[in-house]
Amino acid sequence: MARIELHDITHSYLRRPKKESDYALKGIDDTWEDGGAYALLGPSGCGKTTLLNIISGLLKPTSGRILYDGKDVSVLTPEKRNIAQVFQFPVLYDTMTVFGNLAFPLQNRGVSNDDIRRRVHEVAEILDLTGVINKRAAGLTADLKQKVSLGRGLVRADVAAILFDEPLTVIDPHLKWHLRRKLKEIHEQLKITLIYVTHDQIEALTFADQVAIMVEGEIVQIGTPQDLFENPAHTFVGYFIGSPGMNFLECTLEGDTARVDGAVIPLDEATAALGRETKGRLEIGIRPMYLDVRSDPGEAGVEVTVQMIEDQGSYRIVTLMLGGHILRAKVPEGKPVSEGTAWVHFPKQWIRLFADGRVVT
Amino acid sequence: MDKWQDNKAWFLVLPVFVIVAFSALIPLMTVVNYSVQDIFGPGEAVFVGTEWFKEMLANKRLHDALLRQFLFSGLVLLIEIPLGILIALAMPKKGWGVSTSLVILALPLLIPWNVIGTIWIIFTRPDIGLFGVGINSLHLLEVPFDHTATPLYAWITVMLMEVWHWTPLVALLAYAGLRAIPEAYYQAARIDGASPWATFWYIQLPKMRGVLTIAVLLRWMDSFLIYAEPFVLTGGGPGNSTTFLSIYLVKIALLQFDLGPGAAFSLIYFLIVLLFSFIFYQVLQRVGKGEKG
Amino acid sequence: MKIKKKTIGLLIYFVILVLPIYWMLNMSLRSNADILASFSLYPRDITFVNYMKILTDSSWYMGYVNSMLYVFMNTVISLSFALPAAYAFSRYRFLGDGQMFFWLLTNRMAPAAVFALPFFQLYSTIGLLDTHIAVALAHCLFNVPLAVWILEGFMSGIPKEIDETAFIDGYKFPRFFITIFIPLIRAGVGVTAFFCFMFSWVELLFARTLTVTAAKPISAIMTRTISATGLDYGLLAAAGILTIIPGALVIWFVRNHLAKGFALGRV
Repeated sequence: MARIELHDITHSYLRRPKKESDYALKGIDDTWEDGGAYALLGPSGCGKTTLLNIISGLLKPTSGRILYDGKDVSVLTPEKRNIAQVFQFPVLYDTMTVFGNLAFPLQNRGVSNDDIRRRVHEVAEILDLTGVINKRAAGLTADLKQKVSLGRGLVRADVAAILFDEPLTVIDPHLKWHLRRKLKEIHEQLKITLIYVTHDQIEALTFADQVAIMVEGEIVQIGTPQDLFENPAHTFVGYFIGSPGMNFLECTLEGDTARVDGAVIPLDEATAALGRETKGRLEIGIRPMYLDVRSDPGEAGVEVTVQMIEDQGSYRIVTLMLGGHILRAKVPEGKPVSEGTAWVHFPKQWIRLFADGRVVT
Repeated sequence: MDKWQDNKAWFLVLPVFVIVAFSALIPLMTVVNYSVQDIFGPGEAVFVGTEWFKEMLANKRLHDALLRQFLFSGLVLLIEIPLGILIALAMPKKGWGVSTSLVILALPLLIPWNVIGTIWIIFTRPDIGLFGVGINSLHLLEVPFDHTATPLYAWITVMLMEVWHWTPLVALLAYAGLRAIPEAYYQAARIDGASPWATFWYIQLPKMRGVLTIAVLLRWMDSFLIYAEPFVLTGGGPGNSTTFLSIYLVKIALLQFDLGPGAAFSLIYFLIVLLFSFIFYQVLQRVGKGEKG
Repeated sequence: MKIKKKTIGLLIYFVILVLPIYWMLNMSLRSNADILASFSLYPRDITFVNYMKILTDSSWYMGYVNSMLYVFMNTVISLSFALPAAYAFSRYRFLGDGQMFFWLLTNRMAPAAVFALPFFQLYSTIGLLDTHIAVALAHCLFNVPLAVWILEGFMSGIPKEIDETAFIDGYKFPRFFITIFIPLIRAGVGVTAFFCFMFSWVELLFARTLTVTAAKPISAIMTRTISATGLDYGLLAAAGILTIIPGALVIWFVRNHLAKGFALGRV
């Protein structure tokens, strides 16, 4: 078990990277605490798997250092780093039994036979694999195979961390939930550092204590699911987390208000003061669930046109036009909304101000 | 994938059936017909039943040729399969080296079989051949090297030629099998701390099982049928030391024109090839599924 | 370093692989008198006299033309017969499909020597002896089963939904097969054509048995020459080198497709 530190990691798949776009990773600088359950969330091709492979040692970073518990492991092989990795597709040694698969990492490390047998049976117990322990691995179902892959990591009592690379891709939907819960259980029981790569926000948010959002080779924010939802540090986080994503409106500041296509939206004083000191393109952002759509102007209501109302069961998604901008609001069941003109309120405490994509703080 | 059940598909297979039947069934019937008759000339034949079969099965020279054939095909598999796998493992995985290696490997496969024999005559002759002159200039051998001089030298030359000719096919198949292994398997092996040997034994070899089955079958069958290369190189000699089954059969059937015995021989030969191919196929399938726990 | 050692081993193997061919090339560029007079690792006085003789003597060069002709015919016949059959095997279950497939493959295992004599009689009976088509048809014995086998593998990689969609869209089978399906597996057709070419080009026994003069392939002319002139190694080597060239050209042109095919784990 280990605390993992990344110091200014960059990686390029080209031999002589020249421009910034040649890099798959552009300066990752983070710390992953011992015993944490982390998720690495981002769209396809953002560099998640590259980062994972650098942490495990399958790839060597172009520059930067990796520390495990303060010890520099940058040049060590995956075997020496003592980590485990579960891949997108189950990777098993087909000719061996489940027992053989689980024992394999220990055998390679010269563990005594008695210890191997004890550890393998312990791990098989934890993963509910005892019933198939003497079956050939090749004949198992996909979810059992992934459990065996996970087990190969768990058998090593001193494993520094277990890394997951979209491990549920090939699992049937109704088994995904079961496996994810199993994973949480194991984490609570064993307190191993887990890093879980996925592009599925539900998976990430339900699994992890801390979620790192990656885009275009950078980690833009690490935080609890709630943090990411309420205080996105980057417009991408706002857009990527939540469904539908955060609304963004380009604006200018005038006093304590933001102007969007002539409409006036009041901000709280502290935010407005910070905004006035920053340079760059300004945007305000607000979550659809915090937009208050009413049929009367009230105080500081902004006039909008209701374009579309989609019923999603317990709530509705309302598409609004504010000048040339599209807004989406999440309106609870029972609250009347009709097509045509409406007024929308922006609660001050839920408005976030962004300059060039980064939150203004 | 579930297939459609429809016997009308036979119309699509019919042309192939007709053309292969024309080339296979009619000649085979001719052979069967000959094998039970004694033919003196056109229209003069006597039914002799299984006499030719009895004669051929008791034929000492056929026994020798058969033994020789087994020894030869066995050696071929023992040498070519491991060597081919080694070559495939050493081949580059990307870059210009890949297509260059493939071209060099495929070259011997595209040379007409009798030209293979010619190449090796020119290469091994003790007066003009690089190999023959080279090995004799070392003065290590008691009898100077000449592939027509002793059975041993003839065998060495035929084996060298065969290994040179066909190992590339095994290497190509093994290489295709290796390339089909997803990168994640190698990554998992590194993480599990597997040695290169363990990686080979538990990942690469099991994953190559399919292509290696094909390679073993093809090499067994084709080495069992070998004709043109040793025919050109040694003519079956010295003596009968390199007279393999096909060479002996052609000698009986086409050169001595002993139709009846030749036909009986043909059928025995064909059945042996089929039997062994079938056994090999079954055994390899079993090995793949085996090692059960 | 380990990787270095592997590469060096491979390079040594490649040198050994090319050496016999180089030696024949060396011989082909020397006159026979020169070859017998002195041993030399490379041709000192390069002469093209052997090649000139082959390329100007019709009894020699017609051998190449004959070989090319029947190889080409065989490739076309094998492909056009095997394509529909491979489709049937990859898409349908029908009475006796497994047995049929196995029977086809057994013909790939049949010893050519077994069939040589009956072939001779069969083709002389129907009056096709010493024609190109006779050799092309005879080579179908092993090339058609092989083509069906390879093509079936490629076709099974194409989802059946494509066929279903096309039939729903109102395509008749022949048009669908030719305009949609075959283009989808063109890589497979290329690979199959390559193998048909290869096995037909290298075969000797049938080609020699079924031809007398008019369709005699180059390989058979060479065997005759060994017994006739016996010792003209320069000429023999030049003829040999010329038989390697078509194969080398084909492999050179398909090398990238081959590499791609291997990367996909097919072929």
